[in-house]
Amino acid sequence: MKYFGLIWAGLWRKRARTFFTMASVVVAFLLFGLLQGINQGFNTVVTNLNVDRLYVSAKTNMTDGLPIAYAARIRNVPGVKALSHWTYFGGYYQNAKNAIPAFATDARQLFKVYHELTIKPEYLDAMERTRTGAIVSQQLAQQYGWKIGDRVPLGTSIWTTKQGSSTWMFDIVGTFDVSAYNQGFPAFYLNQEYFTENAAFGGSVVHYYLVGISDPHQATQISKQIDALFENSTNETRTQTESALAQQQLKALGDINFIVNAIVGAVLFTLMFLTANTMMQSVSERTPELAVLKTLGFSDGKVLTLVLIEALALCVFAAAIGLALATFAFNSGALKAVFGGFRMPLIVMGMGAGVALLLALISGLPPAWRARQLNIVDALAGR
Amino acid sequence: MTLFRQIGAVVLMNFKSLPHRVGTSIVIVIGIAGVVAVLVSVLAMSTGMLETMEHSGRDDRAIVMRNGSASEGGSALSRDAARLVQDAAGVKRDSAGKPIASAEAVRLANVVRKDGTEVSVTVRGTGPQLAALRPEVKIIQGRMFRPAVTEMIVGKAANAEFKGMNIGDQIRTRGANWTIVGVFTSDGDSHESGLMADAETLIAADQRGGFQSVTVLLESTAAFQKFKDSITSNPALAVDVSREREYYRRQSETLGKVIYIIAYVVGGIMAIGAIFSALNTMYSAVSARLREIATLRAIGFGATAMVMSVLAEALLLALIGGTIGAAIAWLFFNGHQVSTSAGGNAAGHLIFELSVSPALIATGIIWACTIGLIGGLLPAVRAARLPVATALRAI
Repeated sequence: MKYFGLIWAGLWRKRARTFFTMASVVVAFLLFGLLQGINQGFNTVVTNLNVDRLYVSAKTNMTDGLPIAYAARIRNVPGVKALSHWTYFGGYYQNAKNAIPAFATDARQLFKVYHELTIKPEYLDAMERTRTGAIVSQQLAQQYGWKIGDRVPLGTSIWTTKQGSSTWMFDIVGTFDVSAYNQGFPAFYLNQEYFTENAAFGGSVVHYYLVGISDPHQATQISKQIDALFENSTNETRTQTESALAQQQLKALGDINFIVNAIVGAVLFTLMFLTANTMMQSVSERTPELAVLKTLGFSDGKVLTLVLIEALALCVFAAAIGLALATFAFNSGALKAVFGGFRMPLIVMGMGAGVALLLALISGLPPAWRARQLNIVDALAGR
Repeated sequence: MTLFRQIGAVVLMNFKSLPHRVGTSIVIVIGIAGVVAVLVSVLAMSTGMLETMEHSGRDDRAIVMRNGSASEGGSALSRDAARLVQDAAGVKRDSAGKPIASAEAVRLANVVRKDGTEVSVTVRGTGPQLAALRPEVKIIQGRMFRPAVTEMIVGKAANAEFKGMNIGDQIRTRGANWTIVGVFTSDGDSHESGLMADAETLIAADQRGGFQSVTVLLESTAAFQKFKDSITSNPALAVDVSREREYYRRQSETLGKVIYIIAYVVGGIMAIGAIFSALNTMYSAVSARLREIATLRAIGFGATAMVMSVLAEALLLALIGGTIGAAIAWLFFNGHQVSTSAGGNAAGHLIFELSVSPALIATGIIWACTIGLIGGLLPAVRAARLPVATALRAI
């Protein structure tokens, strides 16, 4: 600690240079935090998924749908604890840009399958009583200023009503908390019976059967049993666990992930180069001073440590600021519009700290080594 | 005139001494190259996607879907409606008097990418007028599918991207075993990402609903209004009419915009970082030239000449950096094939090539020069303000 003053003075020997280097490291770590945060955010969503839920969709494609009559047969499969379903409604509010993740379902059963979502029982009772009822997430209700008892028109790009309109009216009867999930989670539920009855065509279709199972270890076996039930029928099924489904959707993003990683790589490479260069410059300017230190009795090792710590201080401090800014950006909600309610994952902080250390070593070691190797006489003579 | 001569002389002298400052100069070059490479490659992604999608549509074709449908995936048309649309006014007719149009059944099929991921691609069932309606569809290998037999042709991009898509291969999907009999190109548009088959055969095998859309060839680009009026005034039809090009543009709008925003946000943040490193470089360039600048000032060179020489150096280095960055983007990413299901094509997986267009390269170079100028400005002012006597003594 007694060398703190010395390191501090070395660091601020050229104020402008240190400041600018620091600023570019801050910027790089801000980017690193943002991009990796989003990347990891997707992955955390995948690993946090539940293992006691299965999703049954049409084997050809989810959009083809399955007959609603499959429900009875799936429920009879041993090990199935609860069964509900989703029919994609393709909803929007006021204009097509305000997409609403709306699904027709059997609400009481749904909250049994999604047992971690909490809802007041009276809301479920109200949903059963109200044919045109809808249960929405608190977040969605807050976003559009909906209250229980409101009558809400929802447009859809898929389903026409029997009256030939593409706008459906719903009465909000209850809310539930969906904060554990990200923004794309289905947050608007309508009654399947009302949907089936009121849709001009295709209303008896189900896009996903949601199966709650009692023993997660049996997931594979139950999946196979369900698929075997409908093998060689017109509507073959594919049963997947929640994480398999999410991974499949994530993979479908395809090469976009690769591009994000390429950008982070490019940013960090550029940055390492810049910092290393600055450190090198700063050390070579100080050659005579380092020689004086050595004359005063500083050992080679000590000089090396001093230079290295200087690099470390610069990188770690700047990285901390950059990551703090990134966290701030996540929390402030500026990113919510595009990516949903992500939080900065702790692991990104850890990765950031690791990268900062690595950066300090790579950029600090060559000049530190050079400082260590300095020959006092030559250095003082300016050779 | 003397001012220009002064500037010319100092700038030239400065450029000649550049090789002595390679170590610091390279910082600005690499910093800017990084920014431009990232900016141009990400923009190339959105440009490539938009090009592919816009290419899929022509101004003299129109597409009709059920009213309110955002895309073919969410549309359905009855056989009667499909016939009425094809008989509407403004549709071009062939020599036999038949309308040049195709009622299409659009389905999805699961296929496996060469890396093992499973994705959905579009299977487009088309009518008998395909060749007249879409002259850009050309068979490059094998032959056309025949109606009433379960045969398909595969787009060039899909053929390269997915497993089991060669001539003679069988795909089991949509209630039948389909044989691939040909590979087609369609000028690099989005259809190349999918498969095509005969609409009636597809509907019969699949047993799930009928047509999704009708695409018609118009008598001329201007005949669109006539066609649209004829459709909308028909009380038996509840459909939306769009120009084909507009329809495809709409499909890629959202994702295109997201990529665009990402490019500028990431590029912008990186640019700020690069400005800091440019400042660093130029400040050290000025201090390296301290003696030279002071001497020049002492023998009568003006402050403007000093400012210009620093700015010219920054600009030159920025230009080199920008060019390297654009070249990297072009070398690594131009024509690089990307495939995504992220909503580019509402119906299925879209394969497109990144396109580093001259306009993008120009954007990159302009960014580079701007960064260079901003980074050079403060150091240039410092060079000009240097008190001559102190500077000479400081050495």
